[in-house]
Amino acid sequence: MKDAIGEVGQSVLLDIYRRANLIYQADEKFRAMIMGGQLQIIYYSPRGQEILSAALMAALNHDDYLVTTYRGVHDQLAKGIPPRDLWAEFAGKAAGTCKGKGGPMHITHPETGVMVTTGIVGSGMPIANGLALASQLEGDGKVTVVCFGDAATNIGAFHESLNMAQVWKLPVVFVCQNNLYGEHTPQAMSTGCKELIDRAPGYGINAIQVNGNDAFAMYAAAREAVDRARRGEGPTFIEAKTFRFCGHLLGDDSHYIPAEEMEAAKAVDPVPAYRKALLERQIPEADLDAIDAEIATTVAEAAEYALAAPYPDVDEIRFDVLDEEIAA
Amino acid sequence: MNTQTATKAKKINFTQAINLAMDEAMALDPRVILMGEDVADDQGGGVFTATKGLSSKYGVGRVRSTPISEQAIIGAAVGAAMVGYRPVAEIMLMNFIAVAMDQVVNHAAKLRFMSGGQTKVPLTIRTATGAGAGFGGQHSDMLEAWFAHVPGLKVVTASNPADAKGLLLSCIFDDDPCIFIENTLAYGVSGPAPEPGYRVPLGKAAVAREGSDVTVIGYGPAIGHALAVASDMAGDGVSVEVLDLRTIAPFDEAAVLASVGKTRRAVVVHEAVRKFGVGAEISSLIHERLFADLKAPVQRVGSAYAPVPFSPVLEKAFLYSREDIAAAINRTMER
Repeated sequence: MKDAIGEVGQSVLLDIYRRANLIYQADEKFRAMIMGGQLQIIYYSPRGQEILSAALMAALNHDDYLVTTYRGVHDQLAKGIPPRDLWAEFAGKAAGTCKGKGGPMHITHPETGVMVTTGIVGSGMPIANGLALASQLEGDGKVTVVCFGDAATNIGAFHESLNMAQVWKLPVVFVCQNNLYGEHTPQAMSTGCKELIDRAPGYGINAIQVNGNDAFAMYAAAREAVDRARRGEGPTFIEAKTFRFCGHLLGDDSHYIPAEEMEAAKAVDPVPAYRKALLERQIPEADLDAIDAEIATTVAEAAEYALAAPYPDVDEIRFDVLDEEIAA
Repeated sequence: MNTQTATKAKKINFTQAINLAMDEAMALDPRVILMGEDVADDQGGGVFTATKGLSSKYGVGRVRSTPISEQAIIGAAVGAAMVGYRPVAEIMLMNFIAVAMDQVVNHAAKLRFMSGGQTKVPLTIRTATGAGAGFGGQHSDMLEAWFAHVPGLKVVTASNPADAKGLLLSCIFDDDPCIFIENTLAYGVSGPAPEPGYRVPLGKAAVAREGSDVTVIGYGPAIGHALAVASDMAGDGVSVEVLDLRTIAPFDEAAVLASVGKTRRAVVVHEAVRKFGVGAEISSLIHERLFADLKAPVQRVGSAYAPVPFSPVLEKAFLYSREDIAAAINRTMER
């Protein structure tokens, strides 16, 4: 697995580091602002899933499509949405990616390929197929990645979508970010098969199971799936195992996760583990510190910008409902 | 229908009109694609043969038979629409859209708004329905009120083949998601054929018959029934104006208010269950805006509050009828 990155070189390693640490620091800031009363939002922390998303997005082109879910801020930042635009949307401001009309659960930013963020479990997958179908018909070489949680594999849209993608050989990669809990319910209580990858043979779809918290393995899996899709060889289902440290939503104390399971997961926290791995590869600590400092400035500026930005004009409610404006 | 642009001699039925609209759209724009169960010619060109010949002409890349997976069909159409395609998704029967409501209501309808206008969903969902043929409770429902109640969707239906062609073309080239409702029993009904390129603008009602005593407002097959009743009642000295909405949502409020403002009496007719139906919205609008001018309360005609029954006797009792329309008109004329 090391070779997959070794061939690409150090720039990829640092690219993943940069994306992961942007997620890490942004998440920390979001949580602080919410707890401090500066932001009033329902927040689904990506804490613990940073490396998975950073390595996945590093394997994509800027204009590849992404569809993600309400726990999606890691995917959105890693795909490249400018933090200040994202922050302003989270704050409900006119300068937000969606003019404040979408909010944290509905981020869209076509410039970076982020086409849909859905608040409905599993619903992104059918739409991802459509984006991929357009690319297939157009021959534009784009790949669509759709991210969802483990619980989404129990909803009908998952089955319909994997089947259709395989029948039509669509250039789409289904990435299940398996953090082992669907809301408060452990996988074993909600899912009949032992491993989620066991579902894939039923659709005849190419599948990879990977430790999503291992940047090297995750990047290699993503590269393989994305390259395959880009070559026109069809879809892949990736089950990327991970863990979430901050509950289903902020304020949830994870009481349903056994303490020893949480402790074991935190002992292998992927963010410090990746930094350690880079240091072991003789990447100078000063380089990493410089990235951290630059990101800290970016995040602070984004938060400040969002808080200071004006709210949308109330008249905005009449626009974007239909193509034509709604009468006042 | 605009009679000036319609060729008087030639006739087509609804199936032909709908087929022609898609054929014309596909010829005009390579980004018009069709998908649905059995829509390609090898599978029969659609269960009602509305897509017959199109996959042979445009290829199975653009005319795709799908698995029986309504969520996946609508979802794929939504995704393709977001990046420049104009998909026409056929959902065989309207009740089956229930399987895909999440894609329609939470996604197709809202993505434009929730993205702040960055994305749009120029999607057309064609779907057939209607009671009267013994299909029972899950193949016949008129569910237009569900969709009309969701901001972001346009809901369209035609009362004659020329309008069907003109409205469907407008739906396909509209930049919003449109639900185009076809009537299962009406596919074989013929009417004057429109000229190539004929389009009917969305959101515009048509006066199907002029009158001065009472306005009957409806859409789809109800217009044929209303016209027949109007013709009968003319002999009794009642002058009935018939207004065909054509677009159910957003409907032509100005046309409704203008007509009822003139006649000062109104009856709203639809096949859908009367309670909580589209008729309630139209009736409310009239009362809100024209209360002082009305000579009688607005009357509503619709089907009974029951699932569509199977037995022909029960199905007939369920459905609204011409007698119901006439009775409703007479109730308004008593005052």
